Amino acid sequence: MSVLSKLEETFLCLKAGRVTLPYPAQAQPLPENFRGRPIFDAAKCVGCAGCANNCPAREILVFDVCQEVRILQYLGRRCTYCGRCADVCPEKAITMSLEFENATNKIGDLGQKLELFMSTCQRCGRCFKGAAVLDELKMKGYRSDDLQSERWIYRSQAFLESEPVVDDIKIELD
Amino acid sequence: MLKNLCQKMFGRSLWVYHANSGGCNGCDIEVLNVLTPYYDVERFGIKLVGSPRHADVMLCQGPAMRSTALALKRAYEAMPAPKLVFAIGSCACGGGIWFDSYSVLGPVEKILPVNYYIPGCPPRPEAIIYGVAVALGLVDKKTAPVEFKQIEFPIPQYHPRDLRRDHDMVVYEKLEKV
Repeated sequence: MSVLSKLEETFLCLKAGRVTLPYPAQAQPLPENFRGRPIFDAAKCVGCAGCANNCPAREILVFDVCQEVRILQYLGRRCTYCGRCADVCPEKAITMSLEFENATNKIGDLGQKLELFMSTCQRCGRCFKGAAVLDELKMKGYRSDDLQSERWIYRSQAFLESEPVVDDIKIELD
Repeated sequence: MLKNLCQKMFGRSLWVYHANSGGCNGCDIEVLNVLTPYYDVERFGIKLVGSPRHADVMLCQGPAMRSTALALKRAYEAMPAPKLVFAIGSCACGGGIWFDSYSVLGPVEKILPVNYYIPGCPPRPEAIIYGVAVALGLVDKKTAPVEFKQIEFPIPQYHPRDLRRDHDMVVYEKLEKV
């Protein structure tokens, strides 16, 4: 009985043939609707910061250096490639590419940084004004995420206070 | 230098130990998918071992959590000396989308020195094999930081002390000096 079952197993294994994919030698076809890392097109971007407001991982930071220059920084560390930024972009400046071989030894390699020229409103003197009333409450004044420590800050007012709104937790390890 | 060291130290085969410190199990399944006959990595000498004391490489999945950080550090210290740490998935690379939750400390690089990052949520099995190939020096990495400028414009050095609250607006005081 056991010999028969071994024979049957051998037969099944031989029947399957060779299933190993030749991956490192040749590229595999990607599935349909595959989303890789997002690519930001600086020529099309108008700097509305809709991607920064819609990113669930808060990976896109926006910082207004002065009236004319806005920095949009994509960090890419905890990006889940959900494609919400590409959905919300009105100018289609963000495309979800097919790149998935993104392994690096430096985490900074994944980032993209755009320096955008902003023309200001003659009446209010700001770069961008939210459409709804709630948006105005959130976006009063400049957007000023903390680019130095790569931290997302919800209100620009928080910069004037010593405690940041969004901060990583610190605990002591012995 | 690290590349040469890797080729010298890990020339024959890598034995990997996979440690999940609070991920959603998606990256675990992708790592196990790498070990199936479809992406048979045992032909490259990569083998999954059950104990960190037998391992050369630690595959970290999931963010460093408040409850598992200490155990993760102990498992790292139990590994013998030439050792690599791979952060697999966006949780291990950057803390995941729940990075600001009370129980999440952040990326595993807060606890361990991470050598290689494989982003993705979860990364494809091909991406994991590619990451191992980058670590062994078989292929070059494809990513590089990208920086675009729409115009050339002198950017002033910014400091929070130059911000001033004026009624409802935040005013940048050094604006005239630019």
